[in-house]
Amino acid sequence: MLDQVHNARHNQFPAEALIGELCHDFIRLHGDRLHGDDPAIIGGIGMLESMPVTVIATNKGQTLPERLATHGGSPEPWGYRQALRLMQQAEKFHRPVLTLIDTPGAYPGKDAEDNGQAAAIAELLQASATLATPLIAVITGEAGSGGALALACGDEVWMTSKSMYSILSPEGFASILFKDVTRTSEAAALMKLTPDELLAAQVVERVMSVSAELPRQLRAALIEEFEMLQNLPPEELLARRQARFRKF
Amino acid sequence: MLKPQQATLDEATLKRAQTIPEGLWRTCPNCGTSAYRGRFGSLQVCPHCGFGLRLTASERLAQLCDCFDPWDEQLELADSDFPGYMVKRAQAQAASGSSESVRCGQAVIAAQPCALAVMDSYYMMGSLGQVAGERLCRLFERATAQRLAVVIVTASGGARMQEGIQSLMQMAKISAARALHVQAGLPYFVVLSDPTMGGVCASFAMQGDVTLAEPHARVGFTGRRVIEATLHNKLPASFQQAEQVMATGFIDAIVPRAQLKARLALLLQLHQEVCHA
Ligand SMILES: [Zn+2]
Repeated sequence: MLDQVHNARHNQFPAEALIGELCHDFIRLHGDRLHGDDPAIIGGIGMLESMPVTVIATNKGQTLPERLATHGGSPEPWGYRQALRLMQQAEKFHRPVLTLIDTPGAYPGKDAEDNGQAAAIAELLQASATLATPLIAVITGEAGSGGALALACGDEVWMTSKSMYSILSPEGFASILFKDVTRTSEAAALMKLTPDELLAAQVVERVMSVSAELPRQLRAALIEEFEMLQNLPPEELLARRQARFRKF
Repeated sequence: MLKPQQATLDEATLKRAQTIPEGLWRTCPNCGTSAYRGRFGSLQVCPHCGFGLRLTASERLAQLCDCFDPWDEQLELADSDFPGYMVKRAQAQAASGSSESVRCGQAVIAAQPCALAVMDSYYMMGSLGQVAGERLCRLFERATAQRLAVVIVTASGGARMQEGIQSLMQMAKISAARALHVQAGLPYFVVLSDPTMGGVCASFAMQGDVTLAEPHARVGFTGRRVIEATLHNKLPASFQQAEQVMATGFIDAIVPRAQLKARLALLLQLHQEVCHA
């Protein structure tokens, strides 16, 4: 079980490189227009072959300074507000939205709390439910708690075979439930965080096998799905998305 | 209709009152003052700092409602294989007198009708699981169908860990129901009571048209201890206190418990027309 956790934390498809492989002509767009620019979020517009898409990805960074600046891929409230801004921009121009998720969760910091971490996530959850443009989330590494859910309220949620999605980190789960952080393996087993378990629970629609071919396969699958979703009348698109979450 | 007088006298409440170890004395968890129980009054407010002690759902309903007609109390969770969870739920029911961490229904608050939910922090810290999530989702759906304003008094540590990812999904489910309530042009008023944290704070607790809070209530996403451990530093006492959260712009007003009923009734009255639109 800890292998799954280890693999998820050693994502072979870091955000920046994966965006480069999926899209050509990617233009990065910075900032939330209210407070700042969060390096833990990469947002922008790119071409998925001939289809313009908005891409919003959590970013862990590659080098040590980048990892420190992004807090290991944990967004601050202004990162979530940037995501919301870009989603609304995409809706305005009828452009599909792709989110790429690899985050342990929202950043647990004083500034984050003082700037409304909870409110920023709450706003994304509410806005996603009625955002009238296709929205697909792909989990490429770890996806933890409300900080991951904020970017995963779309029409479909996919994950790679080496990723995980959970309510909390297995360490946090073990320390809360067993008051013992050394029982992480046991906690991870109880959490049903593997792609197969999540597929069975209908939390995700599709699991993509990790291989060198993944970016190409993902691009093809996204184009096919986005085209299908874009052909739906907006009311039907939203009714489908709302039903997706209503079933839980 | 459940009458408030009956609500205050339910067995679990009495039992809990009898098992409070300090007997005649109570200590305020906010300011640390110990005072004779009677001085906290029927609203259970610290005579020194104004902090409202945690209430069971039935105590809160009795304080706020003229009458309360419960919805969806019979919803049951499928048996869970999570170790110890079913036992814990039974204990939580006995401790709180609530069948889950939130009670929902149609209420009248000082002659103003609304759809009301009150969370019960005595039920597994008011955590959000599937039953609570379904009740809250149906609350917004019924309110949308019946053109009612929604009032929610939050009190929660966040997600229900034992229900794992299903608990996380409740945040999205309730938020979607609230989004449709917004589209119908209907108002939603939140009362943040102590504590409102984690996944509850990061979903419906922060989606109100008007956000009130009780004095000194703890409001935030990540718990103080987790942040202190990350920072290797102590945080100020004011951190995540409602007054500080209001100063940073996320709360409209702090309302002492004694004024809460009247304030909610006024807000409901001010929005009466939009509900009938
Ligand atoms: Zn006090």
